[in-house]
Amino acid sequence: MISIQGKGVSSGVGIGPLYFYHRVKTSIPRYTVEDTDAEWHRFKGAQTGAIEQLGELAEKARAEAGDEAAMLFETHQMMVEDLDYEEAIEDRITNEKMNAEAAIADTSLQFAEMFEAMDDSYMQARAADVKDVSRRLLSILAGAVQGGIASDVPVLLAADDLAPSETVQLDKSKILGFITAGGSGSSHTAILARTMGIPAIVGVGDALKPEYEGRQVIIDGATGSVVIDPDDMTRDKLLKKREEQLRLQRLLETLKGQPNITKDGKSIRVYCNIGSPEDVHAVQVNDGGGIGLFRSEFLYLNCEDYPTEDQQFEAYKQVLADMDGKEVIIRTLDIGADKQIGYFNLPHEENPALGMRALRICLTRPEVFHTQLRALYRASAFGKLRIMFPMVTNVWEVREAKRQCEDVKRELKAEGIPYGDDVEVGIMIETPAAVMLSDRLAKEVDFFSVGTNDLTQYTLACDRQNNDLGRFYDPHHPAVLRMLKMVADNAHKNGIWVGICGELGADLTLTETFLAIGIDELSVSPRAVLPLRNAIRMTDTRETSPRILAALADEYTNN
Amino acid sequence: MKEFTYTIQEAVGIHARPAGLLVKEVKKYQSTVTITKGDKSVNALKLMALMGMGVKCGDTVTVQVEGADEDVAAPALEAFFKTNL
Repeated sequence: MISIQGKGVSSGVGIGPLYFYHRVKTSIPRYTVEDTDAEWHRFKGAQTGAIEQLGELAEKARAEAGDEAAMLFETHQMMVEDLDYEEAIEDRITNEKMNAEAAIADTSLQFAEMFEAMDDSYMQARAADVKDVSRRLLSILAGAVQGGIASDVPVLLAADDLAPSETVQLDKSKILGFITAGGSGSSHTAILARTMGIPAIVGVGDALKPEYEGRQVIIDGATGSVVIDPDDMTRDKLLKKREEQLRLQRLLETLKGQPNITKDGKSIRVYCNIGSPEDVHAVQVNDGGGIGLFRSEFLYLNCEDYPTEDQQFEAYKQVLADMDGKEVIIRTLDIGADKQIGYFNLPHEENPALGMRALRICLTRPEVFHTQLRALYRASAFGKLRIMFPMVTNVWEVREAKRQCEDVKRELKAEGIPYGDDVEVGIMIETPAAVMLSDRLAKEVDFFSVGTNDLTQYTLACDRQNNDLGRFYDPHHPAVLRMLKMVADNAHKNGIWVGICGELGADLTLTETFLAIGIDELSVSPRAVLPLRNAIRMTDTRETSPRILAALADEYTNN
Repeated sequence: MKEFTYTIQEAVGIHARPAGLLVKEVKKYQSTVTITKGDKSVNALKLMALMGMGVKCGDTVTVQVEGADEDVAAPALEAFFKTNL
């Protein structure tokens, strides 16, 4: 038995014979041609073939993995018929009398180098696309078929790395899992594997030797472990785990469309946290009931200057429209601390977590805040918008922010621009100060959402970026849980609702606690929705809540 | 010749997809379309060259349209930029 550790990027257990992906090695012939016209037509023929192949692949990718994956092939299609690329090849064939293969190879190198030299990681990554497109043309000229798996039984596929086009072309019914030497969690292989639910492990390096081909291998995509020739115990253990996962997966599928309701009839809303309009797809697939936290920072982080009102408006509007009338809570700008943006020119701080961040920046730079609020209110005409302010410590901050909202609404009205008249305004509870004042704050707003990551950091005096704090950084700390209770009680006394949008919301060991405390909404990553729904539906609060509330209030402790 | 300037609003700049759409749009007209950023100019029919300019969000480009149908092409392209870039 040989064990190898890689990085698990798509969970699931796969077992089967190991198979190395054999890339069709097209050695590139190089010779001088006399009939350059005929050579040019050879290229044109290969080009037509490539365009056809890519069109088919785009459709296949769309069916298997969605529009995003299809776009890749559409880009390849545009590249292969690009005038620039074509002219460079034509020049080599007609003027330098090169054969088509050599002309393609040299042109590929020329453009790949151009992209690699650019100072933008997105553009640098396009070098791989140029090479991929060129490889396709060369394969067509060589009459080779790309990417077959010459095995009758399904296999665990091993490769150095797989180009996106290679991954999509593979016959999925033959693949039990992916193992690659290189790659990362954000590589195309990893993303596609996750979308298609195939276990995948990347970054095993050269530990996977060619002589292992054909041997029995078992992989666990959750832990990144690869075991060659597993002994019976390991095999049984992992097979059991696979059974368990499959059973859970089937169960979760049946939960789509079901309410988040406990055995004794208590319901709680399960929403999603998202970071960009593209994430809405995942929310819909996982049956999220709304958006509990839309981080607006992406608009500021992806740009080199302040995003305009129109740019923001378009992004907010898209999410609101896509969510089709379901609640969407957008958090206003939350930068500073661990999220820094150059053009804001924020002064250097010794302790940014306790510095100029989030709402503090907005209230200090009203022009930045004003632009965002205008975009938000304009977008509110297209769905059910809620606005949420981060990092509140006192009542005056909320009043000042609300005053800005009123100003914006007045402006829009005067300009005859429509906006929703039912936009609720809420705040994040993430400082101990906001917890202590939650009775007063509740009278100012329509809802609370607890940001547990920051609340834990500020309450426990533990820097969340510091990995050495270990057991001292304890999100289950009774102080944090008591704060949640206090916030929930003050919210309910004042007739407003309270949610949790921190990572803690998805912690299934606390679901019973949240139900006991009376949390109204949990906002979690889209993938956590169904497991959370399952946990809620398994709970009977008549049994769990009295015990949990008593423990929380207990003056004595056992630990 | 017709000419207009435009400041890129698209967060990722003129990346692969918008560049591809732009090429397709330009192909509809007979006019020669040239895009200039700083001291670099490219023919807007050339995808790789267009991407190679590395136009980012916030960059201002000048678009020149020259040819028989420039009166139709220039406003159409300006509208295209506003919608897609």
